[in-house]
Amino acid sequence: MPQPGSNYAQPSSDGHFGQHGGRFVAETLIHALDELEALYEQAKADPEFQAEFAEDLARFVGRPSPLYFARRLTDRLGGPQIYLKREDLNHTGAHKINNCIGQALLARRMGKPRVIAETGAGQHGVATATVAARFGLECQVYMGSVDIARQALNVYRMKLLGASVVPVNSGSKTLKDALNEALRDWVTHVDDTHYIIGTVAGPHPFPMLVRDFQSVIGQEARSQCLQQMGRLPDTLVACVGGGSNALGLFHPFIDDEAVRLVGVEAAGLGLETGRHAAPLNDGQVGVLHGNKTYLMQDADGQISETHSISAGLDYPGVGPEHSHLKDIGRAEYDAVTDEEALAAFRLLNETEGIMPALESSHAVAWVVREAPRLGAGQIVVINLSGRGDKDIETVAKLDGTTL
Amino acid sequence: MSRIGQTLEALRSQQRTALVPFITAGDPHLDATVPALNALVQGGADLLELGVPFSDPEADGPAIQASSERALANGTGLRDVLDCVAEFRAGNDQTPVILMGYLNSVLAMGEGAFATAAAEAGVDGMIIVNLPPEESDSLRGALAKQGIDLILLAAPTTSDERLSAIDRAATGFVYLVSLKGTTGADHISIGEVKQHLARLRARTRLPILVGFGIKDGPTARALGKQADGVVVGAAIVSRMAALSADTDAIPETLRQFAHDLRQALDA
Ligand SMILES: Cc1ncc(COP(=O)(O)O)c(C=O)c1O
Repeated sequence: MPQPGSNYAQPSSDGHFGQHGGRFVAETLIHALDELEALYEQAKADPEFQAEFAEDLARFVGRPSPLYFARRLTDRLGGPQIYLKREDLNHTGAHKINNCIGQALLARRMGKPRVIAETGAGQHGVATATVAARFGLECQVYMGSVDIARQALNVYRMKLLGASVVPVNSGSKTLKDALNEALRDWVTHVDDTHYIIGTVAGPHPFPMLVRDFQSVIGQEARSQCLQQMGRLPDTLVACVGGGSNALGLFHPFIDDEAVRLVGVEAAGLGLETGRHAAPLNDGQVGVLHGNKTYLMQDADGQISETHSISAGLDYPGVGPEHSHLKDIGRAEYDAVTDEEALAAFRLLNETEGIMPALESSHAVAWVVREAPRLGAGQIVVINLSGRGDKDIETVAKLDGTTL
Repeated sequence: MSRIGQTLEALRSQQRTALVPFITAGDPHLDATVPALNALVQGGADLLELGVPFSDPEADGPAIQASSERALANGTGLRDVLDCVAEFRAGNDQTPVILMGYLNSVLAMGEGAFATAAAEAGVDGMIIVNLPPEESDSLRGALAKQGIDLILLAAPTTSDERLSAIDRAATGFVYLVSLKGTTGADHISIGEVKQHLARLRARTRLPILVGFGIKDGPTARALGKQADGVVVGAAIVSRMAALSADTDAIPETLRQFAHDLRQALDA
């Protein structure tokens, strides 16, 4: 969290991050958002809620996650000292569970017996289905039919956890359409349903509360750096889909102005091809899914289809706080291609015995590319947002192997 | 007073309920849109809602989603929608036309440029489904300069206090969303809508139009007793979709359906 006396107080009371954010939703949902905002403010200040959250993060998720020195990768790249924040070791295999625990506790406080979620790669769907089982909530997950085909393992996993997975066949049949369908479900069942959005996007207060729940990543990393190295890191690197793992790492360092914050978007087949998922690098400001932010869109304001090798980054928008951090220059946003990410995926397997998710491989790939420009004494922390088990089939297919 | 205000006032003095059909511009193709609008007016429509197709229509149910996808597939853009309105206006300077869509379409053109172009085309009002009053000041200002009403929505979940705030910000009329759900939903409850109508009536002097889930004459008639107008969308769009193999038959089918709804309202 920003330190006391911080100049950085975002969002504003009406949910804006500079020109971004806000609440651009159907009138029917405003009441639920007001209710959620009020309940969250109350929960945030309630030691009992914070204790419940901390307890589940410790005993159910397995936190704190280690900050691991990647010695062989460091040697191989011959540049900065590289540390990995091991969110891949969390229960269910990614950072997504942190937010889901927090929101499930909120759903329980609101007395809502049913939760819904959208998912792309299936990681957020799995995390939501997991907390639904853990807290005894009914769970429905919306997933584009294209994603269902490429993430069969996670689809079956959600079913084993007792969730129902609803295929979405509208639009591009991917994550953005799953989000549309989740919003339609929510507007229809708003009385008994809480929508667990999986990233720092959507209408206020979602970007704020998802960030807060994910900030445990940066809080831990900050004290681990001080403990293990006796100083703050020089650079933080995280992949950016909607931006929740990145903001979770960045946010507690916002006031540490010497710490460089780097978000890495998916350049897909290359920024110049237009076939990517990098709105902060190559997008315009617009409104989608309840918030104003950078988007990939055409001249007529139609949302573009995106491309990334990693389903979790394959989204045309980005959380509004990232758009703001870009505008004010506090964070920088770069992009790496499918090919670079894939090479980094292999490199981390071979040098460290760690299989990163293809999403997280984008953050690793940026460090691989930029290592020569980062000084040898520098400390770089990469958010290893998830593990790559779910991606083995995708990579095998690229290798010409069918499992 | 705007064309919308005048039309609704005239209907009120005649104790008639406004019939407001909705179609998506460019569905099934752009050439079909103006004939469809004219047919609806011939059948008895008092105001027209024209949908601006959008790639991510999060407030719409399957029928209007599909119609939006068809319109986009044949390349319908916001300029084309405005061209349709201008063409319609050339033959009809009476019937108000209200565009309905999502904010990003307007932002992409720019609020000021859009307001000017819309006024030139003869647009009378705008309904932006994902624009609550808190976020609407700048667009409302741009539209007001051009004499275009920004119509605000009220919902079953809207508190009494908010209804009063909506009344203070609204121009033209207030659009009451009949149910918790998307367009074309099947679970409208006349009794509940009437309660919300009464709640809203006590808090606004503006006319109230009700929409979402009104699919037939009896429902329109039941609500028309208390509302100043009813909006019928998905039921019309579905009838058009059913004629995909015989699109020439669309105008007569729409004229007949509007006529049936008109008769139900006037009975
Ligand atoms: C492992 C992993 N990392 C990153 C992401 C991207 O999301 P975000 O940018 O919100 O962290 C996902 C999304 O599915 C993911 O599964």
